[in-house]
Amino acid sequence: MNASNKYSKPAVIVHWMVAILVLVALPLGYYMTDLSLSPRKLQLISWHKWIGFTVLLLLIPRLFLRLTRPVPAPVDTMPGWQRAVASLTHVVLYVLIIAVPLTGWLMSSAKGFPVVYLGLIPLPDLVGKDEALGDLLKSAHEVLTSGLLILVGLHIAAALKHHIIDRDETLVRMVPLLKR
Amino acid sequence: MQGKKILAATILSLALPLVGMGAHAAQPAGTFDQVQPAKNRIDFVFKQMNVPVKGHFKKAKVDLVFDPAAPANSTVRLDLDLASIDAGSADANSEVVGKPWFDIKSFPTATFVSSSVKPLGGDRYEMTGKLTIKGKTRDVTTPVTVTQNGNTAAFDGGFTLKRLEFAIGDGSWSDTSIVADEVKVSFHVEAERRAAK
Ligand code: HEM
Repeated sequence: MNASNKYSKPAVIVHWMVAILVLVALPLGYYMTDLSLSPRKLQLISWHKWIGFTVLLLLIPRLFLRLTRPVPAPVDTMPGWQRAVASLTHVVLYVLIIAVPLTGWLMSSAKGFPVVYLGLIPLPDLVGKDEALGDLLKSAHEVLTSGLLILVGLHIAAALKHHIIDRDETLVRMVPLLKR
Repeated sequence: MQGKKILAATILSLALPLVGMGAHAAQPAGTFDQVQPAKNRIDFVFKQMNVPVKGHFKKAKVDLVFDPAAPANSTVRLDLDLASIDAGSADANSEVVGKPWFDIKSFPTATFVSSSVKPLGGDRYEMTGKLTIKGKTRDVTTPVTVTQNGNTAAFDGGFTLKRLEFAIGDGSWSDTSIVADEVKVSFHVEAERRAAK
């Protein structure tokens, strides 16, 4: 494997950090929304916001790495239509990974609940308190989240297909531990 | 010539209010006791998971008597309609009227009755009184700033209360790492002068 066929180590690390955080924020989001108001619910909502905001923060190094280092080309054996679908999926994943936490933060501001990151750092309110806008942003957060869920599913399914069916290097280069 | 006159008039009109402020006699005399309910505000800020959340009460009945010539004789009584609370969200509003919080079925109103008013100099006063919420009475002290404007006076102040001293948020809600014990309360009350007899 030559250098351009590999992701840089920081790129791999930040990919998995974002993946883990998103995979925690998703079920946590669905679970906490269904709870009736309780101290536990308030705690979970706060954790959810902190995790989501961390995803947003990690986008800074992530996008920096993505734009400053060559991204390895898809494996040679991939047909053109698969390459097109893969790169489209990746672009939409990036968009949703920005849009989902951003609408969460916007919703929080609109509902009159400032976000205090880790309970320590107050974040600015992105919009003033406005119930109607808050409800709209809540729907946006839900709909975008469903989109994210579908794309994450597709993304994982494709990665597993490359590894198990095509038996190519696609997953291995993002999971160096799997090297066979 | 014309310019000088305008300048003199401008200086005079700017200086006059200052003179008025200095000499109390320039204010009309009389007691304030006509409370303007539409102008009153009772606001509070509490912290959940360190996040400040604002709320207020929509209905409060305030009776007050304030005589600028004898401020120590002032009296204040507040009857707060607890059901009129806005605690920041629909969820919270339906929660806080319940038994662990204000239990408004048994305790629909909170009251404050002043016991003393101490002038601190200038427009500032210190008011002490008995606050009763959920059947529990505690002494509270709050600074009050009085802003007189002709026949209207605005009374502004605020203090911090500990919700658990009144058992507001009992049971699992008494965990102050989720909802802090301290609640900042602030008020704005306006009253007009009693009509001359
Ligand atoms: C990776 C980022 C995020 C993911 C995957 C995510 C996912 C979710 C999901 C699945 C729900 C439940 C939706 C439903 O069915 O109602 C939810 C709700 C919520 N999210 Fe997020 N979220 C993220 C980031 C954020 C951020 C950054 C904030 C705020 C700063 C936030 C605030 C909220 C709030 C307040 C709710 C509850 C809405 C309600 O019940 O009123 N989220 N989120």
